[in-house]
Amino acid sequence: MASSISVFEKVYALWLREFKVFLRERSRLVASTFTPLLWLFVIGIGFGSVATLTSEGGVGYQKFIFPGIVCMSVIFTSVFFGSYVIWDRKFDFLKSVMVAPVSRGTIFVGKALGGMTSSLLQAAILLFVGAIIGMPYTPYGIVEAIVIVLLLSFALTSLGLAIGSYMQSLEGFQLIVSFVVFPLFFLSGALFPLENLPPWLSILTSFDPATYGVSAMRSAVLGVGSRPFPLDTLLLLVYAIALGTAGIYSFKRMKAV
Amino acid sequence: MIKITHLTKRYEGLLAVDDINLEIGQNEVFGLLGPNGAGKTTVIHMLATLLKPTSGTALVNGFDIIAQPAKVRSSIGIVFQAPSSDDMLTGYENLKIHAFLYGVPSYDREKRIQSVLDLVGLAERQHDQVKKYSGGMRRRLEIARGLLHRPTVMFLDEPTLGLDPNSRGMMWEYIKKLVKEEKMTIILTTHYMEEADHLCNRIGIIDEGKIIALDSPLNLKKSLGGDIVKIRPRSWKALENIRLLPYVRKVEIVDGDVVMLVENAKKNIPDILRHVDSEYVEFRSPDLNDVFLKLASKNIKESGEGGFMERYAQYGK
Repeated sequence: MASSISVFEKVYALWLREFKVFLRERSRLVASTFTPLLWLFVIGIGFGSVATLTSEGGVGYQKFIFPGIVCMSVIFTSVFFGSYVIWDRKFDFLKSVMVAPVSRGTIFVGKALGGMTSSLLQAAILLFVGAIIGMPYTPYGIVEAIVIVLLLSFALTSLGLAIGSYMQSLEGFQLIVSFVVFPLFFLSGALFPLENLPPWLSILTSFDPATYGVSAMRSAVLGVGSRPFPLDTLLLLVYAIALGTAGIYSFKRMKAV
Repeated sequence: MIKITHLTKRYEGLLAVDDINLEIGQNEVFGLLGPNGAGKTTVIHMLATLLKPTSGTALVNGFDIIAQPAKVRSSIGIVFQAPSSDDMLTGYENLKIHAFLYGVPSYDREKRIQSVLDLVGLAERQHDQVKKYSGGMRRRLEIARGLLHRPTVMFLDEPTLGLDPNSRGMMWEYIKKLVKEEKMTIILTTHYMEEADHLCNRIGIIDEGKIIALDSPLNLKKSLGGDIVKIRPRSWKALENIRLLPYVRKVEIVDGDVVMLVENAKKNIPDILRHVDSEYVEFRSPDLNDVFLKLASKNIKESGEGGFMERYAQYGK
């Protein structure tokens, strides 16, 4: 089908643009890799010297939070990627795409793939750092980790893009998003085990898509998840589909001018 | 090519475009001329399917802008008021992305990109990032992008806004070249009267959302029925006499000068000078600015808003 080839080409073109911009903005990559490393080495080692985890097989605090820090990088990069919708609108690039014969769904998918790519590259850097600190990787576990990064980043890029499509200003976006990313991160169990929490906190954590990402990531790179890996992956997939649908809907109703 | 019927856009309380009816033919260079806020860009955005009309519709290349937006989009090119290319990318990369978005077939893609780059004179700078381009170059890149998919209708929204006189002159040459080489219908908006005069074969003057005049630049100027004469009287006593002269159509006082619309000025100036003692006399043929001011001031009298002087200060530049 000629038309399906052309949809693929349009998605490719939109993704290519995001990827090239990402590669050219090196400061963005450096800045967003720095924070997770700070967590891993300062908090990881600092708290590691006082915290003793009774559960999780006694791997040590730094190794325990490593999967959580990979997810943290994905959470922040993905949700903040939504701000590029606002940049695109500000510089009228979005208008030039919307006046082209491209459906809003296609624009959304191209943009989301761009966000997933930057999340994936950052996660790859962190996974490399993980090898250095001696995470017990298996080849199969790495594949699982990549799948989780892709699912989680699609879900959260969709969320970020949906928020971005409603916002007019970057300041507004940052304000809203800080109310989103910190709960997503803190409730995910990235920094502490979710077993033995008071019921109210336990319920809150169960609504957080990142909870399933962190648990699955822990299964993948540490072999100690809270739930079986397939169950976490399935739940994450449900979130990804729901948030992706919400994102496409938001792009469809977004005004062009 | 374009048929606009009862096109109306209302924003909360503000009537931006007020029941416009208009037909634009093939290979016309049509100018939508009017001050900022007259509704020009709103019309263009509706025709390009970026904005839904409140009521009315239009056919662009035979496609309805409300019922068939995708077909309209494939058949038009548009250059926005503000450059919209990604300035992190090179000129070439911007064009390549849009060639994909417009579905330019792969066998033609590279050839077409190079030919539009040649047309706007950017071939040598195509691999520089757009952020290194000057304002004029950015604008030309936008034109190249609009041409990629060989549209039959091209919209240019204020193509020379913010350009220095030199770049503006160059831009005009490119637009003329476009008309000659690409054979397309061009609709441009501008608030520069001389731009519309220089480029367009037909002009619609738009003010407060309405088309208040529609004709060729020459006919619009002729419609004033006279020349513009400016004098600076030594005494103001004789002014009333001037108003009563049969060949004086209109008298305004601008910055201490008396500006008149005079039938057959060459013949009648000596007679005017018999009635009033003036420091100097200037006269010229009318331009579109005068046409606009005459029409707009008539509009103001009807609606009773704003002052003529204020408008003159704003548009006379």
